[in-house]
Amino acid sequence: MIRLENVTKTYRGAGTSALAEVQLQIDRGEFVFLVGSSGSGKSSLLRLMLREEKPDSGDLFVLGENLKTLPQRRVASYRRKLGVVFQDFRLLPNKTVYQNIAFALQVIGKSRAFMETSVPDVLRLVGLEDKASSFPAALSGGEQQRVAIARALVNRPELLLADEPTGNLDPDNSKEIMGLLSRINFSGTTIVMATHDRGVVDQMQRRVVEIREGRIVRDAETASYREVPSGPVGISEDQA
Amino acid sequence: MNLSFVAREVQEGIRGNFSMVLSIVLVTFVSLSFVSVAALLQIQIGNLKSYWYDKAQIAIYLCNDFESELICPSGEITQTEKIAIAGQLKSSVLTPYIDSYSFESQDEAYQRLLDDGGELNAAQYLNPDQLNATYWVSLADQNKADLVVEAFESQPGVASVADQRSYFDPIIGLLNGATLAAGSIATVMLFSAALLTTTTIRLSAFARRREIGIMRLVGASSASIQLPFILEGLLAALLGGGLAIGLNAFLVENYLTDSLATELAFANFVTVADVFAVAPYVLGLGAILAVLASGISTFRHLRT
Repeated sequence: MIRLENVTKTYRGAGTSALAEVQLQIDRGEFVFLVGSSGSGKSSLLRLMLREEKPDSGDLFVLGENLKTLPQRRVASYRRKLGVVFQDFRLLPNKTVYQNIAFALQVIGKSRAFMETSVPDVLRLVGLEDKASSFPAALSGGEQQRVAIARALVNRPELLLADEPTGNLDPDNSKEIMGLLSRINFSGTTIVMATHDRGVVDQMQRRVVEIREGRIVRDAETASYREVPSGPVGISEDQA
Repeated sequence: MNLSFVAREVQEGIRGNFSMVLSIVLVTFVSLSFVSVAALLQIQIGNLKSYWYDKAQIAIYLCNDFESELICPSGEITQTEKIAIAGQLKSSVLTPYIDSYSFESQDEAYQRLLDDGGELNAAQYLNPDQLNATYWVSLADQNKADLVVEAFESQPGVASVADQRSYFDPIIGLLNGATLAAGSIATVMLFSAALLTTTTIRLSAFARRREIGIMRLVGASSASIQLPFILEGLLAALLGGGLAIGLNAFLVENYLTDSLATELAFANFVTVADVFAVAPYVLGLGAILAVLASGISTFRHLRT
């Protein structure tokens, strides 16, 4: 489903590489945490998978496409095959919950009939069928993130990318979101989630890929956030 | 792509950015008004030419006793000279350019002067002898007038050759000058309209950056992201163009057709029909500029 081969990415003006010769394979149906401190490179990795950027070298295959060579005109159709959620939800404040989700289908030209069945479906999945006509401002953070997840899932993607989805939420809401993501993963959707929320990772016991200074330093099945306390960098992170 | 969705996006864009869109409408309105005026002036020149040039003749004035020695060194035209001129008018070199010609004797010229006259009639101070016998030549091809004029100018017995078309040169020059002025203003205004469109689209894109961000993430095509913005610019330009045509039609109807044309019936002024005839070009120019400006702007600011 996702395969990175020696992927290197350096931003202009930055001395060191955001990602350095990263090797990674993620199979269909997996739930993978990308962990690491801010600036470790996990967001860069997600941006590459979203094809917001291209790697400087190496190959990056996602959902059967080589993102290094994918031409610009096919980026839009590639992105329709995956869903993405962010820490800040990115909902449109002037649209209702229903309209926010339907928007994602409208802009890719889906029919009204498709919208009328799939939007209520996905609202039921995230447990917000009774909030369809609410505006985002009237919802709690957890509910807003559930709307964002619903929007990411409404076009039935095989892959869901999540960048710190619990970053703005209290522990109860985080737990709720993680429960939802588990259910989604259980139904077959591959999930890659970047986070530095230790509690969430420890609770889930899934595969953990740790990135530090652009390199994968650990890749462990059913792991905790950090099994072995590491050097000074790790300690200062934990304190932060 | 969903058309009603695009229409709603355009509507939202215009509502959210109303004053800027209005300013595009107004600037396009003014600039396209000048474009339209320039086109109408050229049509007016065409009207004048086609109306008067057909009637305009070349007059070959023949020597009489009263011409100065410089012009007619041998005095009044002789019979042989007259025959030579008549022969040349019939020659195969010139007949393709000449539609018809007639001869007016000194007596006939005097008579015409008497008939034309009002209270201040020059004829009462003149004798027929003082007038020139004249060949009046109507041309088949107005553009070959110079050729005919040249052919007779240096002919013995000819006092002078006059092309009546030259009487219109000052007014045509004036109209051409006005066209140039209107065209220059139009160019500057169109340029600023294009810049304004670019800026407006950028602001509009900025105001909708959340939507655009989401559209990109969920895989909306570049075309469906950019189209609403281009349509926004196009709509504003067409509205401005429509106003320009409306204003021109109003002015032509009220100040030319209903007013000036009734007083100066000989002048053959442009009409509302001419305004509508140039309308597609005016609107087309506005549309092309709007699409180019907003297209470049969206391409620069809204790439996937």
